[in-house]
Amino acid sequence: MKLYLKIWRQKNAESKGSMVEYTLDGIENDMSFLEMLDVLNEGLINKGEEPVEFDHDCREGICGTCSLMINGRPHGPDSRVSACQLHMRSFKDGDSIVIEPWRAKAFPIVKDLIVDRSAFDRIQQAGGYISVNTSGRPVDANAIPIEKELADASFAAATCIGCGACVAACKNASAMLFTSAKVSQFALLPQGQVEASERVLNMVRQMDLEGFGNCTNTGACEVECPKGISLENIARMNREYLSASVKG
Amino acid sequence: MSGLISSSLARKVVMALSGLFLVFFLAQHFTINITSVIDPETFNVWSHFMGYNPIVQFALQPVLIAGVVIHFVMGFALELQNRKARGINYAKYNGGANAPWVSRNMIWSGLVVLAFLGLHFYDFWVHEMSYKYVDILPEDPTRYHAETVAKFAPFWRTVLYVISFVLLSLHLWHGFASSLQSMGVNNKYTPAIKKFAKIFAVVIPLGFAFIALYHHLNPITY
Ligand code: HEM
Ligand code: SF4
Ligand code: FES
Repeated sequence: MKLYLKIWRQKNAESKGSMVEYTLDGIENDMSFLEMLDVLNEGLINKGEEPVEFDHDCREGICGTCSLMINGRPHGPDSRVSACQLHMRSFKDGDSIVIEPWRAKAFPIVKDLIVDRSAFDRIQQAGGYISVNTSGRPVDANAIPIEKELADASFAAATCIGCGACVAACKNASAMLFTSAKVSQFALLPQGQVEASERVLNMVRQMDLEGFGNCTNTGACEVECPKGISLENIARMNREYLSASVKG
Repeated sequence: MSGLISSSLARKVVMALSGLFLVFFLAQHFTINITSVIDPETFNVWSHFMGYNPIVQFALQPVLIAGVVIHFVMGFALELQNRKARGINYAKYNGGANAPWVSRNMIWSGLVVLAFLGLHFYDFWVHEMSYKYVDILPEDPTRYHAETVAKFAPFWRTVLYVISFVLLSLHLWHGFASSLQSMGVNNKYTPAIKKFAKIFAVVIPLGFAFIALYHHLNPITY
């Protein structure tokens, strides 16, 4: 198939970027979206031009690095997939495809389509952990009985791959879905109770410091999340935050 | 406390609480106003009570005004912050693919409601204040119904009211249920709560529009 691409090109963090148009032929249905970009880049390299830089690692939908705004939607038109799991059969011959980086003040552009998502790491570092003794007499985690529903909900929250699609989709560039998933995975378990109050207060404070927007409950994040992280997690984070604030 | 109010979550709670407060006020306001259609005498009794009861005038009214001001000032503050958080806008952004129009345009429906509140204040509150404190006219407890009906004689005012109620309906269609999510309420009752909120969001503004139209179409001719 033949495609008309419009891609954001930006030399480095300081320079001003712009949309650049490319026409690409010979793309097959079975190629993944990233393979399509590989084909484009091969052509560019052969012509002696700079390839389009984009983030990717696992290419199997688990690492969360591939971060592409495709025709106005994070990870493109399919639901519950990351960009690397999007295939060209979702497009047709003659399509125009606009490809942009995640847009958020808290995710500055490194180059072309690559953004710096270390803001997420700092939110995690602010409280996304539990303290466990690892030497001496380790306690078997299974020694603590946990209700099946709670364990399942915690696990569902823990499937967040930190891709940032929620921020990219949100009209406010809010990181609430990500942060609430990281709060919830511990808030639901007994192991998470010890640091529960500090965790939610610190993680929300860091989220605000990074310059993400507020939540308007539009639900865009939940729709675009490749892992189906639910808005219930945001409500849980709000509850945790309120009770932690009241406790002081 | 100052830390609390600079936090995004706390701001949302302020937004939600003030919004919910206004929702309750709306229900109360509607209950009184609908009597202007059903039974003018009852409407006069209630209006006189609301206009001259010191608790209503000097305690509840300032709270209501504060509620409105807090709500829209916080609404503006959040909107500005949210716009800044995006930085550079997308060349192509398909917001309609993942979120309803009403939820993405609360600021616009809110702004129309705010403009309406300006007109509404001018129509009724300023009128009352000058009646009571500027012209210092003697109270006639039966004046309210005729005054209200006369307000809706001009076609333009009736139309502006009806348009505003449509926008209020859109604002509440998203806002009512959203306020509960902001306060952390999302459980097995949520689908039922959402249904109730949507019914409220349609019925109450529609009811207000009906009252305005009714008075426009049924002028007092005596
Ligand atoms: C009678 C009038 C009004 C009522 C009953 C009302 C009610 C509500 C409710 C219940 C919410 C949801 C809060 C939440 O999601 O946490 C809301 C949100 C909002 N309201 Fe209002 N509102 C009214 C007037 C206004 C006005 C005059 C403005 C002025 C601009 C406004 C702007 C907003 C905005 C921007 C939001 C969304 C904030 C956000 O989620 O970030 N509202 N409103
Ligand atoms: S919540 Fe979903 S969209 Fe957001 S970072 Fe996690 S996996 Fe990605
Ligand atoms: S490259 Fe790992 S999720 Fe797409």
